[in-house]
Amino acid sequence: MQIVERADFDLIASWVKPNERVLDLGCGDGSLLKRLIEERGAFGYGIEREEAGVLAAIAQGINVIQGDLEQGLAGFDDDTFNHVVLSRTLQTVRHTERLLTEMLRVGREAVVSFPNFAYWKNRVAVMNGRMPVSEDLPYEWFNTPNLRFFTLLDFEALCAKMQLVIRERQVLDEAGRLVVAGPNFLGSLAVYRLGR
Amino acid sequence: MMSVGLVFPQQAHFSAPLVLKSGALLPSFDLVYETYGTLNAAKSNAILVCHALSGHHHVAGYYADQKDNIGWWDNIIGPGRPLDTDRFFIVGVNNLGGCHGSTGPASVNPATGKHWGADFPVVTVEDWVATQARLADALGIDAWAAVIGGSLGGMQALQWTLSFPERVRHSLVIAAAAKLSAENIAFNEIARQAILSDPDFHGGNYYAHDVRPLNGLRLARMLGHITYLSDDQMAEKFGRRQRPGAGSYSFEVEFEIESYLRYQGDKFAGLFDANTYLRMTRALDYFDPALAYDGQLAAALAPAQASFLVIAFSTDWRFAPFRSREIVHALVHNGQSVAYAESNCVHGHDSFLMDDAYYHAVVAAYLQRITL
Repeated sequence: MQIVERADFDLIASWVKPNERVLDLGCGDGSLLKRLIEERGAFGYGIEREEAGVLAAIAQGINVIQGDLEQGLAGFDDDTFNHVVLSRTLQTVRHTERLLTEMLRVGREAVVSFPNFAYWKNRVAVMNGRMPVSEDLPYEWFNTPNLRFFTLLDFEALCAKMQLVIRERQVLDEAGRLVVAGPNFLGSLAVYRLGR
Repeated sequence: MMSVGLVFPQQAHFSAPLVLKSGALLPSFDLVYETYGTLNAAKSNAILVCHALSGHHHVAGYYADQKDNIGWWDNIIGPGRPLDTDRFFIVGVNNLGGCHGSTGPASVNPATGKHWGADFPVVTVEDWVATQARLADALGIDAWAAVIGGSLGGMQALQWTLSFPERVRHSLVIAAAAKLSAENIAFNEIARQAILSDPDFHGGNYYAHDVRPLNGLRLARMLGHITYLSDDQMAEKFGRRQRPGAGSYSFEVEFEIESYLRYQGDKFAGLFDANTYLRMTRALDYFDPALAYDGQLAAALAPAQASFLVIAFSTDWRFAPFRSREIVHALVHNGQSVAYAESNCVHGHDSFLMDDAYYHAVVAAYLQRITL
């Protein structure tokens, strides 16, 4: 599944300033980092588990480090990065709390985007007796890499429990437009900036 | 994708004295080397290949009179191969102290007219880099597009970025470590003891006795060979398979693995010089760029200006991936450019010599990015 232009990339790019250091977790082919480097003058590294992603990122000249996020970020020093990005990946991670904690150990800010399971179309799908398949949840139940299905409210409850500070929240619909009212109902993708 | 084909060795003589890290002085020395591809007019397309413990300058291709003598890293070098000779000018060199043509313990000491033997100084990774820099000078190469090596060769690729930060643009550090562990040194020590305790060693001056410490060298190689392979691969390749006539309740060769190790040991002992083996292993032991920085690897690597590609193999237990990640994390700490790939190639430490598709694709993709 090729996501043409990830809508959350625009938001993330707008938050990164020149010369800032970014770590992109699950960076794939390095497209976001390439954009942050070329458009925003950032300096970045990515972590990617899959060989195809690592190869593509190297071919793009990205500082990609092959590794598994489930192993945590051991070896990376505290406060190394201005932003640690986890784009559309949190729902695939088993050790959710540990990874969030690690992100805010090595970075001053965590940028997290994820599909909102409570998006109205998803609710309708479940009401109709089927698991949702959408722009932001593009898999069937039997082939999804997603392990966890949660909503904006669920995520914010976890942030409260972990005492993480929500600095900013932006919510997008399936077309990538900003959602202002009723985000947990009308938002398909949520993007958060978190601090300690 | 082709081999570089017919190649020939060249010799460079360096008459200016060289002070080694140990303080010893070499009045002059020779390096034997090979080149593949064409140096461009800007001299910006040169790649130096550094060899590991038992390697040498014959990295790729074959000789006119020895068609079967194919370079030790032939599978990665040639037109269309990752080290693409259509684009790059590749240099392979036999390190100082070696036994394949460069000045070493088996060479004649001009001061005495006899073999250097025990008097040949202990050389270090830093010394090798210093001599390779002299070769670069002789070839008119101000800066390498890349320096690449596996294992001990990877250590040289790393040291280049520290000894001559402005003379290396990219460093490819493969199946290496920033220093040996106690376990690594322990294996080296047993290998050295095998040589030193061989009655034919004669304190290192065996040339004068017209003998060689073949048994010691053979044992050293057998031991080393075990550390180059992975347990799984040995199980698959040999398992507990027995030779014909096994079960004789004797100490003859009964298992295939015994036969293999003896064969490897014999082959190596016939070709290699024991004094060189001692020095190569010592160079490995001594390599520790962080030592002068209170053990802080990041501080040691800070002067490097090169971009790095670090590659490790998941089945390598001699220099396991976490040893490579130490280098990566130090570079990240400093905000230096580094990419890191980890291959699942099954061949243990020796994987760096293998034609593993992913590993070679990574090297190719990285080198293709280099502007000339």
